[in-house]
Amino acid sequence: MKILVCISHVPDTTTKITFTNDNTQFNTAGVQYIVNPYDELALSKAIELCEGGKGTVTVVNVGDSSTDPTIRKALAIGADDAVRINAVPRDAYFTAFQIAEYAKTTDFDMILTGRESIDYNGAQVAAMVGEFLDIPSISIIKKLDFDGSSAVLEREIEGGKEVVNVSGKFVASCAEGVAEPKIPNMRGIMSARSKPLVVIEAAPIDEVAKIVQFETPPARGAVKLIPAEDAASLISLLHTEAKVI
Amino acid sequence: MSVLVYVEQVEGKFKKSVFEAVSYAKAIADQTGTNLTAVSIGQVEQGQLEELGQYGASKVLNVEAGELKNFVNQAYAAVIAEAAQKESADIIVLSNSFSGKGLAPRIAVKLKAGLVDGAVELPKIDGGIFQVKKTAFSGKAFAVTELTSAVKVIALNPNAFGIKDAPVSVEVESFSPALQSKDLVAVIKEIVRATDKVTLPDAEIVVSGGRGLKGPENWGMVEELAGLLGAATACSKPVSDADWRPHSEHVGQTGIAISPNLYIAIGISGAIQHLAGVSSSKVIVVINKDPEAPFFKVADYGIVGDAFEVVPQLIEALKKHQA
Ligand SMILES: Cc1cc2nc3c(=O)[nH]c(=O)nc-3n(C[C@H](O)[C@H](O)[C@H](O)COP(=O)(O)OP(=O)(O)OC[C@H]3O[C@@H](n4cnc5c(N)ncnc54)[C@H](O)[C@@H]3O)c2cc1C
Repeated sequence: MKILVCISHVPDTTTKITFTNDNTQFNTAGVQYIVNPYDELALSKAIELCEGGKGTVTVVNVGDSSTDPTIRKALAIGADDAVRINAVPRDAYFTAFQIAEYAKTTDFDMILTGRESIDYNGAQVAAMVGEFLDIPSISIIKKLDFDGSSAVLEREIEGGKEVVNVSGKFVASCAEGVAEPKIPNMRGIMSARSKPLVVIEAAPIDEVAKIVQFETPPARGAVKLIPAEDAASLISLLHTEAKVI
Repeated sequence: MSVLVYVEQVEGKFKKSVFEAVSYAKAIADQTGTNLTAVSIGQVEQGQLEELGQYGASKVLNVEAGELKNFVNQAYAAVIAEAAQKESADIIVLSNSFSGKGLAPRIAVKLKAGLVDGAVELPKIDGGIFQVKKTAFSGKAFAVTELTSAVKVIALNPNAFGIKDAPVSVEVESFSPALQSKDLVAVIKEIVRATDKVTLPDAEIVVSGGRGLKGPENWGMVEELAGLLGAATACSKPVSDADWRPHSEHVGQTGIAISPNLYIAIGISGAIQHLAGVSSSKVIVVINKDPEAPFFKVADYGIVGDAFEVVPQLIEALKKHQA
């Protein structure tokens, strides 16, 4: 079995988000980068499925060399090898196209991604890869069982879940519940340095979208404090002042 | 040129977020001086389909093929792309729902279209320039995205655009696109859905509990308050990690991002990762016994006090208010 896991390199969740160049660029000064938390779930699931010599896990990242430490982290968690497609990931369409082009050159059983990246929150890559490869894609899964040829997945829907069966190759985007995130141990960290990280060049594709401007949400006014013993008055404020109930 | 909106049905009915998407798509059709066509897939009653005219859809393509009774994104994307081609639609709108997230990217690839997911405003259209604002960094920022492709796909966030009456006469046309078996490889085995509850992503009011509530046995008052308000319930990450509440209720940077009209946070400290997913709520109420809790900095209304005393008072006051 061979599983490809797509890894995105994102700012740490505690990052204060600011922009430069007239709000056209994300300010990377002082930002710590991590493996996108949802991708970590996808990776942990892949490692779990391949445990005991049942298969291999390849992590795939579209990025320039600055993402190498994040890829090494994924290798430390337990991926067997890594491929970096050498390009700045312009947008989801571009990224998904590169991943699909690479996937065509390998004999994989499934491709796992996170449900979305916590920077641009596109939630697009998995389904786009599925479409580029013309295979099923199941978005936002909470559970995955695989018997070597067919898979049973639980997908999140509003107010519940859907159980989906797929046979043959597929792509799935992972959310919480799929696996417990694995933490790298000392052996993993040591061996990550010597695991293969292959760099390949990106394939050309037309641009369809680009971010032209960032904005930060307007600051809120000061909080109106209501004494605890007078809590009931909140209800009338919400009704008459805020007009939300 | 025209605008196409996909109207997602759930058990034969359209939800509020669908009417929001129709109103949004109608506004774009007005901006670009064209008509709005809706495409519905699955069994929906004629009356429901005709209701779409109320919000500006002058034509509804109705796809009722038995194989498409349940949502299979691959096949649905093929149908919607075909409908877009049939109608010469160059702008396709849908809701950024769980299903929409699995669907919009496939439609975009089929039509070589740029996609804006999580749109929060109408596009700015100026000559050949087409820009849409969307949420980014889990609600910590917005990104204005320019779509440079000929065909454009927009997935609209719930609660971002108000429903507007724009009645037109509507014609419902049955549409039978060719289906391919390769698009029907994924098979839905089971659907479990609680229909009696307001669902979190499109709820107008959300009541949320954190670790300050001490244990799952104390959620009775959260649910009672939510019930009285017609609200959905949510929680912070440690609460769902501890299995006090299901993961589907976890909001924040690594959970669901929401933007209800009213968010009531009870016993939640307001960590940056939690705020990321909820700070675009229109009105925020924070109940916390610690006056230094960071959540108060982004709240509109705050009560410094013990949740176990404050929440029962709110429930009483609300019952009186509703009586
Ligand atoms: C990578 C990463 C991703 C994360 N993603 C998320 C996410 O998506 N969503 C999320 O929520 N968190 C997330 N977190 C966790 C986040 O950092 C906080 O730990 C979490 O939000 C805290 O939850 P809490 O406010 O319920 O608990 P605590 O921080 O423990 O706060 C409990 C609060 O309850 C108050 N309290 C206690 N007793 C009472 C009482 N009787 N009455 C009133 N108030 C009381 C306390 O004063 C305190 O403020 C993430 C963390 C990391 C590292």
